[in-house]
Amino acid sequence: MNANDGKRMLWVDHMYRIRDDQDQQAFAELFAHFAPRVKGFLINSGADGSLAEECAQEVLATCWHKAHMFDPARASVATWIFTIARNRKIDVLRKQRRPEPEDLGWGPEEDPDQADVMALQQESEQLGRAIAELPANQRELIEKAYFGDLSHSEIAEQTGLPLGTIKSRIRLALERLRHAMK
Amino acid sequence: MMENNIKHHLTDDILIGYAAGTLPEAFNLMVAAHLSLCDTCRAQAESFDAVGGEILDTAPATDVMLEPGSFAATMALIAGGPVDEIRAPRVPDSILPGPLQDYVGGDLADVQWRGIGMGVKQAILPTSRDASARLLFIPAGAAMPDHGHKGTEMTMVLQGAFQDEDDYFARGDVEVADSDMHHTPVADIHEDCICLAVSDAPLEFQGLLPKIVQRFARI
Ligand SMILES: [Zn+2]
Repeated sequence: MNANDGKRMLWVDHMYRIRDDQDQQAFAELFAHFAPRVKGFLINSGADGSLAEECAQEVLATCWHKAHMFDPARASVATWIFTIARNRKIDVLRKQRRPEPEDLGWGPEEDPDQADVMALQQESEQLGRAIAELPANQRELIEKAYFGDLSHSEIAEQTGLPLGTIKSRIRLALERLRHAMK
Repeated sequence: MMENNIKHHLTDDILIGYAAGTLPEAFNLMVAAHLSLCDTCRAQAESFDAVGGEILDTAPATDVMLEPGSFAATMALIAGGPVDEIRAPRVPDSILPGPLQDYVGGDLADVQWRGIGMGVKQAILPTSRDASARLLFIPAGAAMPDHGHKGTEMTMVLQGAFQDEDDYFARGDVEVADSDMHHTPVADIHEDCICLAVSDAPLEFQGLLPKIVQRFARI
């Protein structure tokens, strides 16, 4: 069992409380869980401690301001925060614009169907479990691809593994993930 | 403005890089433009976002300490109000997907084309220098400019179509080429072809003249 099972719907509820009631208690709990992790993500991506701290605060402030844009039928809270943190990383660390696809809407017009929300959050639970159950070497590689600001060739340099092996191992890991999602 | 007949998609490697935020800006632009047209890749990209979310969620919390007063500082940021995001309005039903309109600064009519010979025109888009993005205009039936193929190069059709030895590429299709590829794609005879091309190799200007102009008839 993954320690995060069942927590996803709780985080969704926190987001509703932040959006509807400007609930600082809900936000404090969200902050306590995600702010250090966002900071860690930014440090792994090459930010120094104080820049990562500043950006992590900005990312969490954005979660508050954009709470009305969060669509729990499309993403878990963790995924939504990850995309905000990633875009901030590109903006601040890489000093680039992040081109976004045409909007089919982050930003629900009204509350989505509860069944769709449950389905999506359960799927993300399955995904979490599938990642947790990957062999350690495959999980590490995926973590590096996301959490190290490393391209495949840079991963090859760090791990001493040939590029072909890395590409095929990431692909294998993803296939296992996809298989586990069925 | 989804296209339902896309046959040539982005690779998982590229989509993972887009989700992880490790691609050069020009490649991100290619992905954003393709995802604007392709439901299949958009769904795939969203699942790679979800992988990122799960890894964030399960990262050990003990690794990183926040500074004292971090929460209060964040509440102060919140009290200061949201940062305004200004986004230029996008033209619906343009052949340029929204993200490309942002880089062109308008619609197709606003593209600053420069002739590079044999009727072929290009417009280099303003992205970071670690890779390049350009729009290409190839007259119907003409050969595509010789790309040189160093590094990774991706070409997506926006209007018309082109064909190489093996495949036919229409609107939304992406040709991914790497350095071992040697071929001469040719624009379809029925319509002028407009493409987005991105490359992580430096642009070679002497290589941009089409080597041959050849006509072909579709069977
Ligand atoms: Zn696609």
